[in-house]
Amino acid sequence: MTILKFILIPIIIIALFSIIGMFLVYMERKVCAFMQIRIGPNRVGKFGMLQTVADTLKLVLKENFSPKYIDKFLYNLAPLLAIIIPFVLTIPIAYSKSWQIWDINIGVLFITAFSSLSVISILIAGWASNNKYSMIGALRSGAQIISYELSGGLAILTIVMFSQSLKISEIIASQANGWWIIKGHIPVIVSFCIYMITITAECNRAPFDLTEAESELTAGFHTEYSGMKFALFFLAEYLNIFILSALGVILYLGGWQPFHLPNLLEFNNIMDFIPAPIWFFFKVFLIIFIIMWFRWTFPRLRIDQLLKLEWHFLLPLSLLNLIFGFILIMLNFIVK
Amino acid sequence: MTFNYIKDLIHAIRSLLKGMKITLKYFFSPKRIITQQYPTMKPVLAEKFRGEVVLIHDEQNEHKCTGCTSCEIACPNGTIKIVTKQEVNEAGKKKKALDVFVYHLELCTMCGLCVEACPTAAIYMKNSYEHSTFDRHTLLRKLNQEGSKLQSGIE
Ligand code: SF4
Ligand code: SF4
Repeated sequence: MTILKFILIPIIIIALFSIIGMFLVYMERKVCAFMQIRIGPNRVGKFGMLQTVADTLKLVLKENFSPKYIDKFLYNLAPLLAIIIPFVLTIPIAYSKSWQIWDINIGVLFITAFSSLSVISILIAGWASNNKYSMIGALRSGAQIISYELSGGLAILTIVMFSQSLKISEIIASQANGWWIIKGHIPVIVSFCIYMITITAECNRAPFDLTEAESELTAGFHTEYSGMKFALFFLAEYLNIFILSALGVILYLGGWQPFHLPNLLEFNNIMDFIPAPIWFFFKVFLIIFIIMWFRWTFPRLRIDQLLKLEWHFLLPLSLLNLIFGFILIMLNFIVK
Repeated sequence: MTFNYIKDLIHAIRSLLKGMKITLKYFFSPKRIITQQYPTMKPVLAEKFRGEVVLIHDEQNEHKCTGCTSCEIACPNGTIKIVTKQEVNEAGKKKKALDVFVYHLELCTMCGLCVEACPTAAIYMKNSYEHSTFDRHTLLRKLNQEGSKLQSGIE
C-alpha cells in the first residue's frame, strides 16, 4: 500500500501540475487579451484551447542550446531546482478534506520556508549564465523576494494568530463557521490585500517583474535559457502562483469549504452539494484571476519604488495590522 | 508628514483601483474587441494605401506610358526598368515606345516617387497587399499587358 502510494501520488501530482500549468498559460493569454480588447489565441482547437499544448510541443522539440562560457553544472541545476519547489510546496496543500498528501503540524511555515527557496534557483540561474542581464535580474529578484517575504510572512501570521494553529487542516477547520475574510473584520482584509501584493511580488509577476524586465534586461535571469529549460522556469512561475494562491484560499477563503450564508439553510445545502475540490479550484482560480488582473493593469515599478513600497508602506502597515488584530483578540472581538 | 503619508497612500490606492476598474470593464465587454482576424476578416484599406505599382490600362488595352523613363530615374532603388523599342507610326516617322515595363516588387519600398515623376500619370499605386509568395521570382512583374499599346494623343 505504501509503495503504491509512493508511485501513485507523484504521478498524479505531475499530471495535475502539467495540466494546471498549461491551463494557466492559456488562461493568462486569454485574460490578458480580453483586458486589452483583443481575442487572444483562437486558432488551435476550439477557442484556442490547444494553443498551449502546441507551444509545449514546440518547446520540447526545440534545440537545447547552451552558451559557451557558463557554469555547466549550475546552469543545468537552476531550472531543475525551480521546478522542484512547487512540487515540494504542494505537500501540505489540502484540496479537500481527505485530499492532502501530508498534514504537517507546521504546514504554513513549511510553505513559506520552501517558497522562498525559489529565489535561490533564480540566483543560480543568473550567476551560472555568465551574462550581465541575467546577473542583474537575479540580484534584483533576491532583493525583491527577501523584502516582500517579510510583509507576506506578517500577513500570514495574522491568520495564524486568529486560528491559533500552523496546521493547514486546523486553519481550514477554524473557518467552518465563516471564512476569515468575512468574520475577521479589518485586520484580515488588510492582511489579505498585503498577501495579494506579496504573492505577486514573490512570483516575480508584473508589476513586480523586475527580474525579467524585458525592456531593460532582455529577459532577466532566463536570458540564456532556451527550449525545455526555459519552459521549466516558465512552468515553475505558474505553479508557484497556483500554490501561493491555494495558500491564500486556505488562509482567507476557507480552503475547500463551500460558501455559506448564516441562517439560510436551503442555500447552504445547495452549496454543500458542490464537491469540495471544485470549490477549492474555483476559489484558487478566482485569486489567480485577480493576480492576472493586476498584471495587465499596472505598469512595472522601478527597483527603488519597489523597495520603498515594501519598507515604507507594506511592512509598517502589516506590523500595525498584526498589533491591531492582537488587540481585537484580546478584547474577545474575534471568535475563532 | 504623517498627513502627507496617509494622503499619498489613499491617492495611490484610489488610482490603482481606477485602473483596475478600466481593465475589468474591458474584460467583461467582449463586444468592444478590436482584433481583426485577418484571413477571414479582410481589413478595409484606405484608397491611397501604397501596395504595388500598376500601369493603368483602359478597355481598349491601351496605357499612357510613353517610355520616357522618368519613373526609372526617380526610383531610389532601381525597382523599375523601362525597356523601349523603336516604332514606326502612320506618318512613317520613327518613334520611341514602351516595350517592357519591368517592376521588381521585392525591391519596391512603396515610396511613390515614380508615380509623382510620371508626366502622363500612366502609373498609380494600388492598395493591394497580399504579396507574399514562396518564390522570389514571382515578384518580378511585367506591368504592360500583352499586346497593349499607347493611348492616342499621349506624347
Ligand atoms: S514606389 Fe518608390 S521604390 Fe517603388 S517603384 Fe516607385 S519609386 Fe521605386
Ligand atoms: S510610367 Fe510614366 S514615367 Fe514611367 S516611363 Fe511611362 S510615362 Fe515615363
